[in-house]
Amino acid sequence: MTLLQVSGLDVHYGDFQALYSMDLTVAEGETLAVIGANGAGKSTLLKAIAGLVAPSAGEISFDGTSVTTLAAHKRVPLGIALTPEGRRIFKSLTVEENLLVGAHAKRKGPWNLARVYEAFPLVADRKDRVGTNLSGGEQQAAAIGRALMSNPRLLLLDEVSLGLAPVVIEQIYAALPAITSQGTTVLVVEQDVNQSMKVADRVQCMLEGRTVLEGAPADLTRDQIASAYFGI
Amino acid sequence: MTQAVVHPHAKVKRATKSSWVGLAVIVVLLLVAPAVPYLVDKGTQGSLVTLFSLIVMATMWNLLAGYGGMLSVGQQAYIGIGAYALVYIADTVGIDPFMAVPIAVVIAGLISFPISFLAFRLTGGYFAIGTWVIAVVVMEIVQQVPALGGGIGVTFNGFSDLTPGRRIAYVYWLSLVGVALAVAVTYWIMRSRLGLGFTAIRDDATAAASLGVRVTRSKRFVFVVAAMGCGLAGAMIAANTLRVQPDSIFSVNYAVFMIFIVVIGGIGTIEGPIVGAVVFFALQQWLSDLGAWYLVILGLLAIVITLFLPRGLWGLLSGNGRIRLFPVGYRLVPPVAILDVTHEPAPATSEG
Amino acid sequence: MQWLNAIIQGVLLGGLYALLAAGLSLMFGVMRIVNLAHGALAMLAAYIGLVIVQGTGVSPFLAMVAVVPIMAGVGYLLQWGVFNRALRVGGLAPLLAAFGLAVVLTQLLQLKFTSDSQSLQTGSLSIASIQISDDISIGVLPLITFGVGVVVIAALQVFISKAPLGRAMRAASDDPETVPLMGIDNRQVYALSTAIALGTVGLAGMFLAVRGNFDPNYGQAMLIFAFEAVIIGGLGSLWGTLAGGMVLGVAQALGSQVNPSYGVLVGNLVFLAILAFRPSGLLPKAVTA
Repeated sequence: MTLLQVSGLDVHYGDFQALYSMDLTVAEGETLAVIGANGAGKSTLLKAIAGLVAPSAGEISFDGTSVTTLAAHKRVPLGIALTPEGRRIFKSLTVEENLLVGAHAKRKGPWNLARVYEAFPLVADRKDRVGTNLSGGEQQAAAIGRALMSNPRLLLLDEVSLGLAPVVIEQIYAALPAITSQGTTVLVVEQDVNQSMKVADRVQCMLEGRTVLEGAPADLTRDQIASAYFGI
Repeated sequence: MTQAVVHPHAKVKRATKSSWVGLAVIVVLLLVAPAVPYLVDKGTQGSLVTLFSLIVMATMWNLLAGYGGMLSVGQQAYIGIGAYALVYIADTVGIDPFMAVPIAVVIAGLISFPISFLAFRLTGGYFAIGTWVIAVVVMEIVQQVPALGGGIGVTFNGFSDLTPGRRIAYVYWLSLVGVALAVAVTYWIMRSRLGLGFTAIRDDATAAASLGVRVTRSKRFVFVVAAMGCGLAGAMIAANTLRVQPDSIFSVNYAVFMIFIVVIGGIGTIEGPIVGAVVFFALQQWLSDLGAWYLVILGLLAIVITLFLPRGLWGLLSGNGRIRLFPVGYRLVPPVAILDVTHEPAPATSEG
Repeated sequence: MQWLNAIIQGVLLGGLYALLAAGLSLMFGVMRIVNLAHGALAMLAAYIGLVIVQGTGVSPFLAMVAVVPIMAGVGYLLQWGVFNRALRVGGLAPLLAAFGLAVVLTQLLQLKFTSDSQSLQTGSLSIASIQISDDISIGVLPLITFGVGVVVIAALQVFISKAPLGRAMRAASDDPETVPLMGIDNRQVYALSTAIALGTVGLAGMFLAVRGNFDPNYGQAMLIFAFEAVIIGGLGSLWGTLAGGMVLGVAQALGSQVNPSYGVLVGNLVFLAILAFRPSGLLPKAVTA
């Protein structure tokens, strides 16, 4: 069953066009990785799905209903949650307060403070610290936990591994099975191709605002991915 | 956006066709305006002096807020200082009133310099109220000085040897020179390197600073110039009304007037304050029967324009900056070969 | 002993300033809006109180029960009608809109009620006092005002640090662009913040009105004092605002003790001195509001 369908999506920032007639489909329960170089339009795609940028053309439908013009804050109660690029942890709030703000929409589901702490021991240890006093990895884990607190059906993860040490990336991705096993659909955007190939059911590669390659990791060769990634 | 390819035949121009029209309008005004005392009665000349003082104040406030990003609610401090300085220098010190005006202007500037160090401790809205407090303090201090008439104020006698007709004509000419100077200085500042720096500061202060624009120094310069301009407006008011009272010359209403004028006319353009002052003045005359309602109407107009027409009436009249009487920005003129004949070329850089 | 009395009166006055400044601090803390219409809104509250008291004959304290929610409603509508839009326009727009609002409100009050002084009578309470010694007596009304100021600031502090809405307000203050991703509508959080702020303005306006004479322009003078309290105390700190209000109140009372016409001037000079020598205020950012 299709949970998210993006069709013919154009996004402009002023005169600059970031997405060109983008199509994307995510089935319920699936984990899709969107990969691509810096500036390929991956983050813009996630922002459009979350409602932070308005598309100039195209359609986004979630669970069969159009959300194209719905405000960002109204998409959260439907079950769309985004962990934004740069984590965007609220700096003056403690980790626990950040998580509680994440639960503001009061959506029912498996996730609560205790479950998040269980999935991310990194977060549990730091629950009383304010956002300014966290390392990058702690911020990333807290940001994912915060998104989970809204009990999303679709979790959008933007550049999870950016700027983190490999061991920290491992720790964070270790929590992904716990998330998907709850039936949560995950759309992850990554520059780190190897990491995405490991966790994703399907990979879609973007170049300059367009999809250039898609398929299951097992069906794609390294050369195919390399040429799609760099456009050579 | 990412590639800065300059076409070999493209040119950067400041003046546009409309700015030549602007120049023509200015030339005509300069020819007609001096003859006004021979053409209209004393009352009308007095009203014109009031209009000129409004243009000066608004132009100065626009320099502060529209270009420098400093929303002052305390420019009445310098209006008062200019007025008191003129009266004191002319009447007590005994200098010719027309010589006393530039001295009063300089005094307003000198006093504003140390004040800027206090005011610059604050930014944004707190800067606004801070300048207001400073204006109140200046008034309170003046009220304590017996030589300045204390709380009662002073009468200006510097013109007492002139007939009323001559006096108003002289004051009119003085104000005409004043308003021309104020606009010319603003125009000059905006065309200078400093003006470019200001556009940069307004758009992004941190980035401007990192590119070597001396943010605080430039702001202080403009703060002092604006104080001098308001000092001039104050001297014009004193010369026109012949009476200076602390409550009215330091009234926050002057701040209200200049802010409304600039907002209504169009903030961040040279033409905006002039258009705004004329509209404000006309409304003031037209709505004078309504008493306090005119401020209500102006206030509502200012709110509506702020929310729905941030470029003001001039923005509307000029088609969002296409027409400009004062060429302060730069625009890229594409070479003829790629010139789209149906459209005006879009400005590459505009002064907002 | 007269000096001690002046200090005590000044401290109590500071409670009133802090009560008035609390809403100013709250709106600045959450939205970075400096509400230049704050004083005019306090006068709106005072005149609404006046109409209620004159119309029904109830005591001013009972009238507050109506004035506070009315002002909160005004704040809610004002945020949706004016400030949310102004925030979207950005730049100087919120300040300019607030300034326009201040002028319009003051003029409308003047048109409706003239600029004659009005007062709200509290009967015997207005002259009741507690005699401590020959020179020192504490007025019951100033004491109540001070108490209300302290309670309001403490309540706001608890609300902001503990309540879910307070948490959302702090989040919106930190990073307004990320807040919608939590399913929170910024504009609604802002509207509720302004509603709370204007609720406190309602209280402050009523206490200004029972304290003495007021007229439509009185709010502007009071706005300056409230602002001075905020700066003296340190931006973003509610307890600092209370401390700042007390410093200002004491400065004014001591100035008046020297010469009745010096009170306001001395207060202003103390403010400028703090600005010159300790610009971050007395208790900077002790707690974020």
